[in-house]
Amino acid sequence: MASRRVVVTGLGVASPVGLGIESFWDALIQKRCGLRPIESFDASGVLPSVGGELPPFQLSDFIPKAYRKSAKVMSRDITIAVICAYHAVRDAKLNTRCMVERGEATGTATVDGARFGANIGAGLVSADLDELAGALATATNEDGAFSLERWGREGMNNLTPLWLLKFLPNMLACHVTIVHDAQGPSNTITCGEASSHLAIGEAFRTIVRGDADVCVCGGGESRVNPTAFAHQYLHPFINPDAGGAPERSVRPFSASRSGMLLSEGGGLIILESLEHARSRGARVYAELVGFGAATNTTSWDQPDPAGRAVALALKKAIRNAGSSLDRIDLAVPFAYGTIEHDASEMNGWNQALGDRLNKIPALTTRGTMGVGGAGSGAMDFGAMVMALYNNTLPPSLNTEDPDPACRFRFVQNDPIDAPIREALTLGYSMFGGQCAALLVRRFEESF
Amino acid sequence: MDRRVVVTGMGWITPLGHDIDSVWRRMLSGECAIGLTTLFDASTFPTTFSAEVRDFSLAKFLGPDAARHQAASRNTHFALAAAAQAWSLAGLDRAIALDPTMVGIYLGGGEGPLHFEPFVEAAVHGCRNDAGERTPLNTVRWAQKAREIFDATHQLEQEQNLACGHLAVQYNAQGPSFNTLTACAASTQAIGEATHRIRHGEADVMITGGAHTMIHPLGVTGFNRLTALSTRNDDFTTASRPFDRTRDGFVLGEGAGILILEELEHARARGAKPLAEVVGFGSTADAFRITDIHEDGRGAVAAMRAALNSAGLTPADIDYISAHGTGTEENDKIETLAIKKVFGDRAKHVAISSVKSMIGHLIAAAGAVELITCVLAIRDGILPPTINYANPDPNCDLDYVPNQARKAAVRTCLSNSFGFGGQNDALIVTRFEG
Repeated sequence: MASRRVVVTGLGVASPVGLGIESFWDALIQKRCGLRPIESFDASGVLPSVGGELPPFQLSDFIPKAYRKSAKVMSRDITIAVICAYHAVRDAKLNTRCMVERGEATGTATVDGARFGANIGAGLVSADLDELAGALATATNEDGAFSLERWGREGMNNLTPLWLLKFLPNMLACHVTIVHDAQGPSNTITCGEASSHLAIGEAFRTIVRGDADVCVCGGGESRVNPTAFAHQYLHPFINPDAGGAPERSVRPFSASRSGMLLSEGGGLIILESLEHARSRGARVYAELVGFGAATNTTSWDQPDPAGRAVALALKKAIRNAGSSLDRIDLAVPFAYGTIEHDASEMNGWNQALGDRLNKIPALTTRGTMGVGGAGSGAMDFGAMVMALYNNTLPPSLNTEDPDPACRFRFVQNDPIDAPIREALTLGYSMFGGQCAALLVRRFEESF
Repeated sequence: MDRRVVVTGMGWITPLGHDIDSVWRRMLSGECAIGLTTLFDASTFPTTFSAEVRDFSLAKFLGPDAARHQAASRNTHFALAAAAQAWSLAGLDRAIALDPTMVGIYLGGGEGPLHFEPFVEAAVHGCRNDAGERTPLNTVRWAQKAREIFDATHQLEQEQNLACGHLAVQYNAQGPSFNTLTACAASTQAIGEATHRIRHGEADVMITGGAHTMIHPLGVTGFNRLTALSTRNDDFTTASRPFDRTRDGFVLGEGAGILILEELEHARARGAKPLAEVVGFGSTADAFRITDIHEDGRGAVAAMRAALNSAGLTPADIDYISAHGTGTEENDKIETLAIKKVFGDRAKHVAISSVKSMIGHLIAAAGAVELITCVLAIRDGILPPTINYANPDPNCDLDYVPNQARKAAVRTCLSNSFGFGGQNDALIVTRFEG
């Protein structure tokens, strides 16, 4: 089977520093930070009080009018995916059902639903605590203790009948496929922070083998809620001194790094076969040429100090692309900002790229917006593609003081001009061992 | 030349037992695993019964290795035990020249069950003031209690990708690792995508399938609120009635099904015996409604056709369909309609059954367990029955292999899985012929 070329034609982002790829990119160029005291809930003094929240928005701006009634079954994670999908198809100028019904495209949808797939990464979607705790609290005995017997008899009726559907991880993809009429191959990857990279890789393969012509892929998640904050706080990776100056608190690969912060957001990417993109005259941002995945088998809850799976995933992506180290001009690590994870990731990149790392710039958005979970990787992917497309590298916040072992050359202060032929990004899950790398290439008509 | 993908190992943990052959024998004799729920007190729930995995011991499968996985969640334990069977049947425990970077994992694994007691304790505490009066949720009070009583390991083990993580460590699988969670279609999807990993040359061996349990208070709550579960509390052993006119919902089961998929030449080189070949896979979305299946079975039809096309087969080649067959009014009617659309005149002549009638619905793990039954049907030339079938439904008028297992020459099987929200996946396995 002749291999089909796959290109990036649309970028949709919902981030703490902006909705839509233009505002996201502008924020990176202008060094705006999305980490600040959180407003959506108050657990001050008990849980971390800083994170990255989306700016205010109206969901009705992103869906057809007829779909507004479905908003009541959307968790925050689903909403993020729906916003990203809107921005992605708009950016790609794809006339999907949504755009036609919203009057933003004329005529009929120009995407064949059967050839339009979705690969969307999702997290462990948190239940709405107000709703669930409130319902559980109705089922107590006279002594105030929870009673399962009362819950079964009457308490559970305080939950809306469709309650479960808000929290199934595949509902991100289901809402997106309904809104945009994507009836093709459909998958939901749930691999923590590696989800976006794996989902984009899966969509890439789906188009290459001819099962779809267009895929919306990436991921979305919100970790800005009491449940996720409490859970994360149980692990030692949250930045303990973030309260003082949030915009300085996440310092990936710095000698003084002290942990991660949680945020929310996502990215959905439009991938298209080159043939399909050409037939509709689409703007091509870049060509996706390599994907590689590997797994840390030393532990499911600690990074491998040697970073072997990181190295293997990177090498596989380079090999898959038929590329070589001297063509790679940009590195985009995942960069949690914790002592252990950054040390591990650094070793992995060193093994895979060696001296090349000293010669090329690097980019991370982690200082800008922390870790949003399943959607973080797709936001990184979007930033990487914009850098390649615009020949411009934005600064990476809080990287002025690199760890002596760090060979990444992040940009400080002002953006720089940087011609980039190929760029490489890595995503890996904090728990579970998954690592995945994606390699994009400047688009050339003939190759 | 295309790389061919064969099944060289399989294992399962099901409500009917914990090893391939004894469960298969019990299925063929039409046994039912449904009983009153014992994992928690469900006596006042709308549904009081389920199909639980009983008398399970991880150590029986992993020996001393079980200790390091002890804190993992119930679904991960099921996955590890099923994988141990599959790995051993495949002879991989004796393989010496395995390249670990070419061994991957693709699971349709569910989330680990919520640690319910501390969760409700914090919830109740957060919704009361110091005087003990009920209030709206106070997140400060909630968080104080949560920090005091939540357990870090328990929380971590809930993550959907942790079963993959445990398997990767146990089997040193350094290749690609994915977890998909497309609801009830997840493990069918996982097996299909794992097949592609091997075809594309990204792995020689894939550990694939799924594991799940939703038999816990919030799982049953969620499905009861959706009115998806049977509430036949007075006759629960016959509550799972796929395709029967009196069906009133599905019965929750739990467990795992794991298969070892392997590139044919890799299997041959080490002398492994292929149990079947995976030849077709289709995945689609209804793109219709969150709550309902498309009334024409649009997505199900497209998934079955995509699977047939990818296999280069026609409906005439299919000898048996392992149905999604949940026992809900809507699924069984629309699945029947979809089969008729794809199979035309052949629909009346192809045997169809739902083993969910015996073991309930294993949710994310259902598709993997059902695909294993297809491999066994091919191996033994016998089809498992749909039990509890007594009342024909005019909307479900095909051959569901009612109540009795049936001998049949089985060469090629189609296995359907459909998930909430309109996720459709179909797999085709066939007798291995060199």
